[in-house]
Amino acid sequence: MDLREYSVFDIMGPVMIGPSSSHTAGAARLAKIARQIAGDDVKEVQFILYDSFANTYKGHGTDKALVAGIIGLDPDDERLPHSFELAKEQNISFSFVKSDKDASHPNTVRMVIKNKSGDVIEVLGSSIGGGNVVLKEINGMSVEFTGEYETLITKHIDKPGIIAMVTKVLSEHMINIAFMRVYRQLKGDMAIMVIESDQTIPEDVRIRIEHIDGIEKAIVVDSINKA
Amino acid sequence: MYQFSSGFELLELTKKYNIPISEVVINYEHEMTGDSKDTLIEKMASNLDVMRKSIERGLKEDVKSVGGFIGGDAKRLYDKIINNFTISGETVSKAVASAVAVSEVNAAMGKIVAAPTAGSSGVIPGALITIARKFGKSDDELIKSLFTSSGIGIIIAKNATLSGAEGGCQAEVGSASAMAAAALVELMGGSPEEALNAASFAIMNLLGLVCDPVAGLVEVPCVTRNAVGAANALICADLALSGMRSIIPFDDVVSAMDSVGKAMPCALKETAEGGLAKTATGIKLKMNMRE
Repeated sequence: MDLREYSVFDIMGPVMIGPSSSHTAGAARLAKIARQIAGDDVKEVQFILYDSFANTYKGHGTDKALVAGIIGLDPDDERLPHSFELAKEQNISFSFVKSDKDASHPNTVRMVIKNKSGDVIEVLGSSIGGGNVVLKEINGMSVEFTGEYETLITKHIDKPGIIAMVTKVLSEHMINIAFMRVYRQLKGDMAIMVIESDQTIPEDVRIRIEHIDGIEKAIVVDSINKA
Repeated sequence: MYQFSSGFELLELTKKYNIPISEVVINYEHEMTGDSKDTLIEKMASNLDVMRKSIERGLKEDVKSVGGFIGGDAKRLYDKIINNFTISGETVSKAVASAVAVSEVNAAMGKIVAAPTAGSSGVIPGALITIARKFGKSDDELIKSLFTSSGIGIIIAKNATLSGAEGGCQAEVGSASAMAAAALVELMGGSPEEALNAASFAIMNLLGLVCDPVAGLVEVPCVTRNAVGAANALICADLALSGMRSIIPFDDVVSAMDSVGKAMPCALKETAEGGLAKTATGIKLKMNMRE
C-alpha cells in the first residue's frame, strides 16, 4: 500500500492547460524552475528532449509548455498555447533538439539557457507524472529536488563553516529547513547546497546569504504550491 | 480523527459520526492541511468553475486538438440532443457530450481540472454537472459531491493507482467513473454503502481497459472513453440507488484493479506500443505526425 498522504486536491486537480499532466503541466513546471535558477534575463534556450518527450513533444504541446515556463508562465496560464509568440516579443529565442541517448526517466529535458550577460546555465529535470517534477542536474552537478517547497540553492566553495552560516541566517529569520542536501564534485572545489524550507525565503534573506564569504551565488526557487 | 485508507474505513467513519462521505472527506482534508472548511469549499468551488467553463467551451466551439485527430464532436452531439435525435436519450447524451467537451478542450490545450488525470478529465464534470442541473441541485451540493469523488480517488490512489502508465485506462477512466458514480449516489440522496456499490460497479465494468493512445497522444481513444466513463457512472449510480449490491466489496474491487494493472504488459500502459496504437492505421498516423 502507498503510504503517502493524498490531499483532496492532488486527486481533484491540478487546474492545468491540457492535454497531459506529465507532458504539458510537468514540462511547464520544469522550465519555470529552470528560469528561476538561470535568472530573469534569459536570452536563448536550447531544449534537449529525451525518450517520450522527444517522441511526442509536438502533439502534447510539450514545446509550448517548456517555452511558457521559460517566460515565467504557470501550468494553468491560458497564454501557454501562445508562448512562442510571447517569447519572441520578449526577444527570447529557443530551439528543440531530440536526443537519442537514454535518460533516467522517459520524460526528461535538458535546458541550456544563455543569459543576456553571456552566462550559460544548464538544468536537467524529469516530469514524473501528475504534473510533479524532479530537478536532477544544475551545471553538470547532480542535485535532487521537486519544487514542492520553497527551495534555496547556493553555489559555494567547499570549505568548513559555510553550511553553518547559511543555516544560522535561516534560523534567525525563523525559516524551518524541511530537507537539505550538499553536493560537490571535488573536495575543496565548488559545491551546491539545496535547502527546501517550509516558509518563503524573502529577498533580503537571500541577499544576506549571498553575502556570506565563500558563497558565490544564492538562488530562491518559489514553491510550485504557491503559484 | 477522520483518516481513512480503505472503503471499509470510510464507511465506518460515516457510521461513527452519522455523516455522508463528503463530510468525512472535508474533515480528512481539514485535519491534514489545517485549512478551514470554508477555504476548502472555496478551493473546490474554483475547480467547479473551471470544469463548467471547459464544458461550455467544448459544447460551443469547434475545438481542434493539437495532434489533429479529434475535435468538434461534442458540439455535433449537442446539436443532435437539442433536436431530440439521440438514441440514449437527453440525460445520458448530455452527460456524454459534456464529458467529450472537456476531453476535447484538454486535447486542444485548453484549461481543465485533472480529475483525477488530464486524460480522464471529462468523466466527472460530464456526469456530475449534467445530473446536478437536471435535478436542480445547488452548487453547494455539487461541490460536496466533488469531495465524495475525491474520497473515492484517494482510496484508489492508496491501494492501486490512478495513472495510465502504471495501471492502464482502467486506472484513469475506470477510477474517474467510480469517483463520479459514488458522488452521483450521494448527490441523489443515496447512502454511503450505495455510493461504494456504485463505485464498485463502475470499476468492474471497465476492469482490464488498456491504455493504447494512437501516436502516444491524449486524443484517440481517450475522448470516446471519457464518454463511456460518464455514461457508465450514470448507469452504475442508478443500479446502486435501486438497491443492487456489489457482492465483491469495493476494497476487493480496487485490489483486483491493482493486480490486473500489474499483470498488464507495458505495451498496453501508455507507451503506445500496443492495441490501437500498433494497428496498421495507428502506425501510419504516428509516422505522419513525425512529418
